[in-house]
Amino acid sequence: MELTVQEFLQIDLPALAAAVLACVANAMVGNFLILRRQSLLGDAVSHAVLPGIVGGFLLLGTRATWAMFAGALAAAIFAGVAIEAVRRWGRMEAGAAMGVVFTIMFAGGVLMIEQSAAHAVDLDADCVLYGALEDIIWMAPTGWSSLLLAATWADVPREVATLAGMVLVIGVVVVAFWKELKLTTFDPALASALGIPAGLFHYGLVALTAGAAVASFEAVGSILVIAMLICPAATARMLTDRLSTQVWLSVLFGVVAAVVGYLAAAFGPRLFGVEQSLSAAGMIAVVAGLLLTLAVVLGPRHGVLGRRLRTRSLAQPA
Amino acid sequence: MFTKAIPTMLMSPDWLKDGKAGDASAAPLAVRGLTVAYDRRPVLWDVAWDAPARGLVAVVGPNGAGKSTFVKAVLGLVPTVTGEVKVFGRDVRRQRRAVGYVPQRESVDWDFPVSAVEVVAMGRYGRIGWFRPVGRADREAAREALDRVGMSAFADRQIGQLSGGQQQRVFLARALAQDARVYLMDEPFAGVDAATEHAILTVLRDLDRAGRTVICVHHDLGTVRGWFDHVLMLNTRLVAAGPVETTLTDETLKATYGGRMLVG
Repeated sequence: MELTVQEFLQIDLPALAAAVLACVANAMVGNFLILRRQSLLGDAVSHAVLPGIVGGFLLLGTRATWAMFAGALAAAIFAGVAIEAVRRWGRMEAGAAMGVVFTIMFAGGVLMIEQSAAHAVDLDADCVLYGALEDIIWMAPTGWSSLLLAATWADVPREVATLAGMVLVIGVVVVAFWKELKLTTFDPALASALGIPAGLFHYGLVALTAGAAVASFEAVGSILVIAMLICPAATARMLTDRLSTQVWLSVLFGVVAAVVGYLAAAFGPRLFGVEQSLSAAGMIAVVAGLLLTLAVVLGPRHGVLGRRLRTRSLAQPA
Repeated sequence: MFTKAIPTMLMSPDWLKDGKAGDASAAPLAVRGLTVAYDRRPVLWDVAWDAPARGLVAVVGPNGAGKSTFVKAVLGLVPTVTGEVKVFGRDVRRQRRAVGYVPQRESVDWDFPVSAVEVVAMGRYGRIGWFRPVGRADREAAREALDRVGMSAFADRQIGQLSGGQQQRVFLARALAQDARVYLMDEPFAGVDAATEHAILTVLRDLDRAGRTVICVHHDLGTVRGWFDHVLMLNTRLVAAGPVETTLTDETLKATYGGRMLVG
């Protein structure tokens, strides 16, 4: 089967755009999570929002973006409070408290989907877990020239528009509060001493994580979003000792993972004469993981190989 | 009012001419009724103290005496049960820029992807304000501060590549870059080599000479007499405070540390 331009523009381009935007949004937030050693928080938040999303749909009766975000935000706040409560009154360490709260909330969300009217509509468990990148379709473009028409852009798929908005919001926050994010991440005590509300930035980051997770949720699902949150930032961390470089690199790795992963899933099997495609979100996560593995091994400063070589060069007489 | 009159002729640096700078005749730091409790266990109990106008101050006491908590409570970093902290007569929360903080070295992740000069520039964030990037003047101030602690050569090095003593000096430089009036330092001499010890002490004495108030949590009783002018002896309660010669006595030491005390 030959791939036509129209097919590519209508099926592959929107999916690719959604994948890239999801990876970029999550990568930016992920940098601060890993530096705060709160990667698990991303995991917790992205899972805990599920009952909020379903609840928002059930209560408000619409799959509109705002309903999803409202429900998700409520769930994220509830999760934050619940984690703190379990930690304090259950006398548990933070990791255990998060583990308990997010798995229970996520499980509740899965049950809500299966047992509710949501089942009849397009909110099924598989989509929630693994996303439905392939289902994002943009009917408007018919050829390259149609991309120049305003009408084509007015018809951009909702998921892509939401993700683009989220990338914009996160980008603006990261740039506008760059030095505050840096200081509250590195030394929250000094931040507070200087009058910068470190606690507010913590919750702000939780909110951004929730936002990125919810926006990416329809595209890549709530499990694979963790890979996008952590892998690009962790890969970038291996390669630089500058925070700004790290954030840029993480965005780059996010884009690479999204593009390579999507193309490999969509067209890879055809190279072997197999007329079917693989799960794009799954492939993106695999590529993100491979990038991280490469960085861990080959990273010049922090990588295994680089460290070996330096140790060896020390052993040799100059 | 509890502010103690201080000879103003001793205290007339430029920043006091600023209209918003507070009352120059008030104590640099005045603490009243400061009580802090963790889980209902009191860590600090009803501490009242006025910092002297001049002279380095050591805060001493046994482990768990509340020394670090005292510093954090003064800075408003831990919730207090009761208490009032004033800096030059104004509430400390309205004098953030005037109070510098040097936390314990272990309090941060030294693996963090920043260079020494970037960490020092953080001391300027309070005065840079929201939505503004670190400017050239701030970077220059940061490099100057690094120079004062003898760390110019390491400005662009990632902080994890520095030795413990060098890291401590970076923290001190960060406080210098803030150009505060009152400095609170939590164990600035902990685990540093002799060269760093000397470098830090020189900077602290310079600060004192420039009219800044320096208050250090200090663990080594052997050096209190040689290095500091005033001492604040804590064991949950304030046991004694005043000039080192008259305050650091066998009696006050026994009262602060209990029976298990050996001092030269």
